[in-house]
Amino acid sequence: MSQTVSNREIPIRVMLAKIGLDGHDRGVKVVARTLRDAGMEVIYTGLHRSPDQVVAAAVQEDVDVLGVSLLSGAHMSIFRRIFDLLDALPEPHRFTLLAGGVMPDEDVEELHRLGVAAVLGQDTPPESIVETVLRMVPVRSR
Amino acid sequence: MSLAPSAYMADDSDIVARVLDGEHGAIARMLTQVERRTPAVNDLLAALHHATGRAHVVGVTGPAGSGKSTLVAGLAAAYRRTGRSLGILAVDPSSVITGGAILGDRIRMSDLGSDPDVFIRSMATRGALGGLSRAVLDGVSVLDAAGMDVVILETVGVGQAEVDVISVAQTIAVVSVPGLGDEVQAIKAGLLEIADIHVVNKSDRPGADRTVAEIRDVVRHSPHREGQWKVPIQQTVASSHEGIDDLMRIFDDHAAWLAGNGARTDSHRRNAATRIRWAAEELVLGRFRTGDTAFDAAVETVVSRQSDPVSAARKLIAGPIANC
Ligand SMILES: Nc1nc2c(ncn2[C@@H]2O[C@H](COP(=O)(O)OP(=O)(O)O)[C@@H](O)[C@H]2O)c(=O)[nH]1
Ligand SMILES: [Mg+2]
Repeated sequence: MSQTVSNREIPIRVMLAKIGLDGHDRGVKVVARTLRDAGMEVIYTGLHRSPDQVVAAAVQEDVDVLGVSLLSGAHMSIFRRIFDLLDALPEPHRFTLLAGGVMPDEDVEELHRLGVAAVLGQDTPPESIVETVLRMVPVRSR
Repeated sequence: MSLAPSAYMADDSDIVARVLDGEHGAIARMLTQVERRTPAVNDLLAALHHATGRAHVVGVTGPAGSGKSTLVAGLAAAYRRTGRSLGILAVDPSSVITGGAILGDRIRMSDLGSDPDVFIRSMATRGALGGLSRAVLDGVSVLDAAGMDVVILETVGVGQAEVDVISVAQTIAVVSVPGLGDEVQAIKAGLLEIADIHVVNKSDRPGADRTVAEIRDVVRHSPHREGQWKVPIQQTVASSHEGIDDLMRIFDDHAAWLAGNGARTDSHRRNAATRIRWAAEELVLGRFRTGDTAFDAAVETVVSRQSDPVSAARKLIAGPIANC
């Protein structure tokens, strides 16, 4: 399936969130710019967000993809909290979840089991992040 | 992992009731429908219309980086302290080349957290199919129908399109900052006539007094009629919450002034007129296109000289207008 950005009349909406203590967002900002340059609307939440804030924001923004970047090592508890919050919503959420960061293989498996669609390692090239997002979101017609 | 396109808008049968209930997921999807101008959006908006016209719509505009989002976040907190609910619509420019955008307004508004009485939505200028002004006007209606007491609209004050957008607001605050020089003066010129309140943000910076004096000069020299609203200048330091409560009180004063002078009804009347005009354009243009049976027939009558273009157009307009 080869789809270019230009045949999507409706831009893909992506939220990029940083949760927890880690104070580095240079990587996320690079990803944000790459996705923007691929024609997407990127909503960046800023640093040190809580899972509650991020889930509320993703619902309000009606995004297609929620990407959570974590470098703090607390990824499992944070994602469990996110999925608890998603389960408590009045209706099933419609966005796809992506995780970014460094984590051991067994955690990656567990995240997949929880419902994270893809886990992108810290050194994933930005272009392949674009590819992943494009693969996650079907082309819509109005 | 390939959903049918229709799966996207599926299951929205009760969306109107849920928007009226103020449910965030439903408001969010309704706003998406507004942005994409889905086939269902007109009927949905029609069903919400009876519940609109209650919110106080405040516009905050000014150059990029002047602190609008920080101000809006502070204002939101101030409104919450008075127990009022609010919806925020933040419009950010998107790239002309790729159509992509980084919408960063939420960064400043994070302290509002997950408060169920605050709803924030970011909108990219190019994400709005069928025109930004229309998407914003409809978006404001959705937040209004959802029962928000106050709707704040943040836009970057450049260009006529943005001036049109902000005109949706009943109360317009134009933000300036010290030390940006002549370029900003030019922007101000376009925004001057529409300002109900001037805000000089970043008043912690040197030159704030001069900026205030300059604006005072311009305001003084603009025509002022008896009984008109006197445009105030409010200094703020949004990053340390200074002057924000006063600004909110000025907004409230302006709302009271509007109500007391019939100006609120005027603004509703202007909005209604714009909407009727847009709807009419959509209805008419919808049937004036190749592929429409009546239109194609009309084309033939003009080509064969049985009719002329104006008569054919008159006849088409007079005919029954179908779904739209
Ligand atoms: N010194 C100073 N900085 C401010 C003030 N208000 C906002 N800022 C900063 O100005 C920058 C831009 O603010 P933002 O709200 O995003 O501006 P916007 O683009 O107009 O929405 C941020 O770094 C803010 O922290 C202020 O009153 N004083
Ligand atoms: Mg902003």
